[in-house]
This record gives sequence, C-alpha cells and structure tokens, in this order.
Amino acid sequence: MTKAIVERLLFGAVLIVAVVVLDFLLLQLAPGDVVDTIMTEAGGGDPELAAAIRAAYGLDQPMHVQLFTYLGKMLTGDLGYSHYYDEPVLSLLLLHLPATLMLTLSAFVIAVALGTLMGVVAALRPQGLFSHVVTMFSLLGYATPVFWLGMILLLAFALHLPLFPAYGLHSVPQPQGTLDRILDVLNHLVLPTFTLAILYLASYSRLARASMLDVLGADYIRTARTKGLSEFAITYKHALKNAALPVVTVAGLQLGAIFSGAVLVETVYSLPGLGPLLYESIVRRDYPVIMGVLFGAAVTTIIANIITDLIYGALDPRIKAIT
Amino acid sequence: MTDSDHDPRPFTVEQFPEQPEIWWRETARMFCTNKAAVVGAASLVLIVLVGTFGPIILAADPFAIVGAPLREPGEGTLLGTDYLGRDVFTGIIYGVRTTLAIAITATIFAVFVGISIGAVAGFYGGKIDNALMRVTEFFQVLPPLVFAMVIVAVFSHDLWTVIIAIGITTWTTEARLTRAEFLKIKEREYVTAERAVGATDRRMMLQVILPNALPPLIIAVTLRVGISVIYEAALSFLGLTDPDVMTWGKMIGLSRDFFFEAWWTVTFPGVAILVTVLSIALIGDGLNDAFNPKLRGR
Repeated sequence: MTKAIVERLLFGAVLIVAVVVLDFLLLQLAPGDVVDTIMTEAGGGDPELAAAIRAAYGLDQPMHVQLFTYLGKMLTGDLGYSHYYDEPVLSLLLLHLPATLMLTLSAFVIAVALGTLMGVVAALRPQGLFSHVVTMFSLLGYATPVFWLGMILLLAFALHLPLFPAYGLHSVPQPQGTLDRILDVLNHLVLPTFTLAILYLASYSRLARASMLDVLGADYIRTARTKGLSEFAITYKHALKNAALPVVTVAGLQLGAIFSGAVLVETVYSLPGLGPLLYESIVRRDYPVIMGVLFGAAVTTIIANIITDLIYGALDPRIKAIT
Repeated sequence: MTDSDHDPRPFTVEQFPEQPEIWWRETARMFCTNKAAVVGAASLVLIVLVGTFGPIILAADPFAIVGAPLREPGEGTLLGTDYLGRDVFTGIIYGVRTTLAIAITATIFAVFVGISIGAVAGFYGGKIDNALMRVTEFFQVLPPLVFAMVIVAVFSHDLWTVIIAIGITTWTTEARLTRAEFLKIKEREYVTAERAVGATDRRMMLQVILPNALPPLIIAVTLRVGISVIYEAALSFLGLTDPDVMTWGKMIGLSRDFFFEAWWTVTFPGVAILVTVLSIALIGDGLNDAFNPKLRGR
C-alpha cells in the first residue's frame, strides 16, 4: 500500500516535469518572445538593445540550457513575469485561483451528491417516469454547451426574473459586515455553480442509475433482504456505497473537464477566476501567463487525481490488493 | 435486469464473431425499432442536408449586413439580426457546414490517434502498453479546453489548428476504450487460432481483433462527434477560430455584450448546437441499446 502511494506520487512528479517541458516547447513554438513583447511595449528599439535584453534573460543560451533553467524556475515556483499586468505569474494565479476553486468545488460536490441521489432514486423504479426523466436529462446535459446555458440562465434569472446578480463576485459597493459579505458572494455564485453543476449532474445521475441497477441485482443485496433489513437500509446503506464508486471514479477523472467548464462559465458570468485571466492573456499574447495557467491547471488535476485514488482505495478495500 | 429474460433478438453479442452479417442486420433492425434513435437519425440527416444545400439555396453572405442592427425576429428577417445587422438565420444555415465539418474532421483525427495507440498498447501489452498508457495519462491531466485554447493561441487561428487542437486534447478516451477491448478480445479462442496459423501482427490487429472491437468503438465515435461540436462551439465562442468562417459558437460569442437587449442573437445559434448534439446523442443511445440488448434502458 505504502509502495503504491509512493509510486503514485513519483509518477505525479514525473507528470509535472512533463507539463513543464510541454510548456517550454509551446513557448519555443510561439511566434515572438518576451523581448519582442518588451520592445513593442517600449515602442520599438534597436536590435543591439534587443540582443542585450536577450542575453540578460538567457535567451542566447543553447536550447537545452534554456530548458533546464526553465525547469528549475518553474519547479521552484517562479512561473515567470507578466509584462502586461506587471506582476509575477504566480501571484496572478494565486489571485485568481480562489474564485475558480470555489466554483469548481461547489459544482463538483453538488453534481456528485445530487447526481448520485437522483440516479439511486431512478434505479428503484427502472421503468418509472422519474427514471425516464433522468435518462432524458442526461442526454440534454450532454448536448448543451455550458456557456450557452449560462447565458440562458442569465436571461431567465437575472434579466426577466431578477433573482440573482448578473456578473461579478461582489456587489458594488460591497455590503458591510462579514456575514453579509459571505452571503453576497454566495448569492453571486448560485447561477454560475448551477450552470456548471447541471451538466455534470446530468451525466452522473445516469451513471449512478446504471451502477445502482447493477448493485441491486447482486447477491449480497439479496442476502441483506433475506436477513429482513428494511428497504431503506438496503438502498441507502448497502447499495449506495457501492453504486457511488463509479461516480467518484469518473468524477475524479473528469475534474480537468469540469475545470474547462469553469473557464467558460467564469467568462460568461465575469467572475474574477482563472478563465477570464486566461482569455485576457490569450488576447494580449501574454505567454508566461498562458503557460502558467496551463501548468497550474495540470498540477491541480494531478494532485486531485492522486487524492481521488486515495479516496477510492478507502471506499473500496478490494482496490488495495491490486494497487 | 428485466429485459434480459426476453431478449427479442435471436443473436447475442457473444455470437457476433461467428456470424457477423446476421449480427449486423439484426442490430440494424433493433436500431430501427427504437423511436428515439430513429428521430435522432432523421434529424441529423435533415441537418446534414441543410448544411449541404442550404448555403447553395440561400446564396447569401453570412457576414453581409442585411438591415438595422438588433432587429427582432419576424421584423423583416426570420430570426432577427445581430448587433451589426447581420441575419441570424443565414448565420445558422452557414454554421451547419463549418461546425459539422470541423467536428467530424476533429473526430476522425482523435479516433485515428486514439485507436492506433490503444490498439498497439492492448495488443502488445507489457512495456509498450505501460509506456503508451503513461503518455495517455499525461494528456489526461491537461484540462481539454484549456489545452485546446493554448494550442490555438500559440499557433494560429486557422481551421486546421482548431481541428488538431480539438483532436489532440480528446483522443485519450478512444485510446483507453480500444486498449480495454483489445486486451479482452485477444484472449479469445478464434484470435489464438489465427495466431497459430501464423497471422502477422498487422493482420491480427486490423482484420481479426479490430472488427470485433467495433461495436463499443462505434458508440464512442458517435458520441465523440457531439463532443467535438461542443468543443468547436466553445473555442469559437471565445473567438479562437478562423475569422473568415461563420460558426454557431462565434455567433454566440460575438453577441455576448448585447444579449440582454437581443435574446435571439444567442438563443437560436445555441438551439442549433443543442438540436445537433442531441440528435447525435439519441443515435449513440440507440446504438448502445442495439449493440447491448441485455442492457436496454441503462
């Protein structure tokens, strides 16, 4: 078990190095370099000055030396410098991370919890009305672009039925008092979170339904029934735990996809998260920030995958024997 | 569970390799008795027809200004005009072609890469499998849309970059699925028999194992087209696409600052995406039922 964890962590570290190498290669392939950016912003300059700056940045070094310098910097947390924002990339990422994290995690929890519950209820009557609703809902969830859903929900619940604020994370001016501020932020997060959660909720409910149908046919459920346990205990204690396993696995693997959805949702709702930061940086060709976001997102996914593995091992003792 | 006792088909998946012709015919018949699947297929055929002939019949420029900006649907135009006075209906009709063309090409790319890697990994196993699966895992930790955005941003905004960006970020699912199928099928008797008579690796992979792995792959590929449509829409929503073509995502993205005043500018292109992808989803679902009659309704 410990050996498996160590191996998993080591492979995680290898993946992180690989992401840095990918970042480096993309940076090399990108047209223009940081010096071009500086020169353009300074309003042009002579080639000698450009060469001097290149030397100062180490850009005249051979490729492999540059790669190792870059690796060393990235792995020690120096993700470069954004000349547009005039700030280190790391502090930009940390500044925008909380909004994205709040959005992604709350959507994730709602999708997994509500999706599993809906799937379980649907599985109790596989041919019932609710069961068909869950199937239809999952198809709609697959087919709906998340950014469009966000805009439609905005039209419905911010414009025509003004229940929630349309954009941002805070009201202007911000309310006084800590509790009011927290409630204000939560109020701003309701629509974005549900936009993101609904789509994953749709697919998890179907997954949970299928896996619950499998589990309900298993021998140990029959045994539980023979022992005279109540249907409630069978469904929610014995079956649910096993039916939730595939959902947890898939959800863990999909964290990257949920993050991708968050980028779009943040753009629609103008939340100060990593999505708008990435978008702005792409428009301004601010490559250090672009690569920083890719790096940060990948590292977060790697860590999340490891955590999912560990949770999975804890939920299902059989896994320990294999890994 | 309840359906397994009275499977209406005389043939099951297990019998597939012995009599493939009969199996495929039966499966096609099953598919055609599924109302939802037929509706999805009919709707997709209609969409493809519109995409093929619509632009020829309309013979209009989707970027042309046809009237006053932000005009409501029905006031001279069928679905209204956008903030520059361009016709939303024309945009949607022209969008069918570009959106589907990009999605299908990206799917072919993703499927080709995914199946090749998955097949080699599953067939050879051991170190090759291990190495290829590690590469797959690497691609899986890169958030797909973010990676695609970065690729388009770094290279160029032309259609081929968009296609490759979508393909290269999504092939891992097909790779895993193909590998799993190959691992399962290569242990079967008829495969061992082929090996015994000295079939080459190439023949084993392409002519013996792959045909038997097709049913789940066909479902995955069908659903992949829908996912590619969604990704294409997301990239063009963010403006990361060829500036010269009209796509549904681009129509929505361009109208972002005006949609509170003009709901039709985002609603209709979005409905176009929804209907297209939903048709594909219904087909995928129908195929799933037809291939796995025992699992109907799952």
